[in-house]
Amino acid sequence: MELRVTDLACARGGLPLIEGLSFTVAGGEALVLRGPNGSGKTTLLRTLAGLQPALSGEISCPPEQMTYAAHADGLKATLSVAENLSFWAAIHGQRDIAPALDAMNLADLAERPAQSLSAGQKRRLGLARLLVTGRWLWVLDEPTVSLDADSVALFAAVVRGHLAQGGAALMATHIDLGLAEARVLELAPYKAGLPADLGFDEAFL
Amino acid sequence: MIALLIRDLRLAFRAGGGFGLGLGFFLILAVLVPLGVGPDPVTLGIIAPGILWVGALLACLLSLDRLFALDHEDGSLDLLATSPIPLEGVVAVKALAHWGTTGLPLALAAPVLGILLNLPGAAYATLMLSLILGTPALSMIGAFGAALTVGLKRGGLLLSLLVLPMYMPTLVFGAQAVTRAAQGLDPTTPLVLLAGITAGSTALLPFAAAFALRINLR
Amino acid sequence: MASLWEYANPVKFMRLSNWLMPVSAVLAAALIAVGLYWGFFLTPDDYRQGATIKIIFLHVPAALMAINAWAMMLVTSLIWLIRRHHVSALAAKAAGPIGATMTLIALITGAIWGQPMWGTWWAWDPRLTSFLILFLFYVGYIALWSAIEDPDTAADLTAVLCLVGSVFAVLSRYAALFWNQGLHQGASLSVAPGTRMDWSYKGPLYLCMIGFVLLFVALVLAGTRTEIRARRSRALMTRERARA
Repeated sequence: MELRVTDLACARGGLPLIEGLSFTVAGGEALVLRGPNGSGKTTLLRTLAGLQPALSGEISCPPEQMTYAAHADGLKATLSVAENLSFWAAIHGQRDIAPALDAMNLADLAERPAQSLSAGQKRRLGLARLLVTGRWLWVLDEPTVSLDADSVALFAAVVRGHLAQGGAALMATHIDLGLAEARVLELAPYKAGLPADLGFDEAFL
Repeated sequence: MIALLIRDLRLAFRAGGGFGLGLGFFLILAVLVPLGVGPDPVTLGIIAPGILWVGALLACLLSLDRLFALDHEDGSLDLLATSPIPLEGVVAVKALAHWGTTGLPLALAAPVLGILLNLPGAAYATLMLSLILGTPALSMIGAFGAALTVGLKRGGLLLSLLVLPMYMPTLVFGAQAVTRAAQGLDPTTPLVLLAGITAGSTALLPFAAAFALRINLR
Repeated sequence: MASLWEYANPVKFMRLSNWLMPVSAVLAAALIAVGLYWGFFLTPDDYRQGATIKIIFLHVPAALMAINAWAMMLVTSLIWLIRRHHVSALAAKAAGPIGATMTLIALITGAIWGQPMWGTWWAWDPRLTSFLILFLFYVGYIALWSAIEDPDTAADLTAVLCLVGSVFAVLSRYAALFWNQGLHQGASLSVAPGTRMDWSYKGPLYLCMIGFVLLFVALVLAGTRTEIRARRSRALMTRERARA
């Protein structure tokens, strides 16, 4: 299992953000994306997850092998923690949600409706979803937002466990997860130069 | 897919889910029309098929703007788009859930409102049948409209503007079937045409709606 | 022989439309002026309908273009979806308001004609109803274009709406026929033998129809040029923003 990205270019709102980006992530590896705001981290992750088309370049791994987690957790306020998680498990053809609840320390909250959770607890539930998808590559956009130090450590352990089972993680984050083995990829060098022939609107110039 | 259906139905029945709003609206309409038109039973009997069908149409429209918008806001739509379920299936299932919580209850409640509006006795079976055959098309066309407007801040009004003209054939055939039955004529032709619209919409519109959703997500 | 697809390039399209637009505008003005003068002042009154029938010289061409404008939007939408030519999408966008106006003209002239003929401004006749519904489809199409900020997203979504809307517009036409058989006379022009119309009517009518086609071409070209200029200024601003 390997994700190989070759000479990728992606754009947001017709404006090219990233170009000439190549990297690989193999099973058991974690790659952290770094870059200032607006450098295209979210755009890159959405492109990899198949939510928007790339301008050019190749992505070796089909979106069906990844799972994507962003700022919004996809939780329904009136459903309980267990119902929310069971739903995503069922969508991905899985049954057992107990290990995921335990791993993110949510077992005690299982029957609580999601609307009564704190922001950090919601985030933990959103991240527990990763465990029930059964997919090997996690594509994470700022996974640690609103998590306290203990929860960050908890999540780091979950990621480490996922890597140990041959999974991989690709994440954009500002916080150091304490994953010593994670490689860091700076996006700044791949900032798209202009004028480029990549954007559609250039045809009008 | 079944999980998604169960989730959507469960959400509709939980607090704030909006189940019953459409029914309430339908009831209020059936009360308001006689108040506006006058209590003459003959007049009411003549306009009853049209009123019931227009009411069903507007009641369906009420909850459409939430169909994808809520999932879009809380990020579920992104996650569903990256899930193993094809987006076309997501659209079809969500339209089915919408029908189960609006169209189907409307069809079941319609005879009661028919009594309020003095609908002739021969038309009740056709009324229910026409609503059961026709309302799935309303949900499906509505899902397409909701997919087009999902990314917009104030999509609700635009959604009605896009969807209502497309409801016109369904309304005509549905109301015609009931009118014909009320007059003692054979309603088979409009019923068959109604079923045809539902079948065609269900077969083709999930693809158009999924295409629109993908564009709105990117 | 240059391929038609070359004009999908905005620059080439601008160069072509730069002379094609004024030429078609002048031709349209001339044809419509001659057609209307002939029809209004030289053609004798109808023995049954009197002078009122002369409104067909506006009514029929407007109705013709109301439908053809939608057909053109359908074709350009398909070209956009399949070949991603921006000019095509912008031409569809430009055609929307023009088609809506044509539909409105057809409805209004029809009402003015209907008042003395049928004794009513409006009747729920299948043709009239279909045109009213066509007008609603135009309104929805225009509203969707104006509601979406990103031009490519707007082009994609309106193109899908146009495709699906076409199916439902045709369905509505048949639904309206099913619903009410109507007052409206049959098609005034017929290619079948035994035509019902004299050349003193057909002549000006044909002139006006060709004139309206050219008028439509000129208006769509003008509209598309405006849209291309708007996109060009947008692209320039995007570039400025990116450089800053």
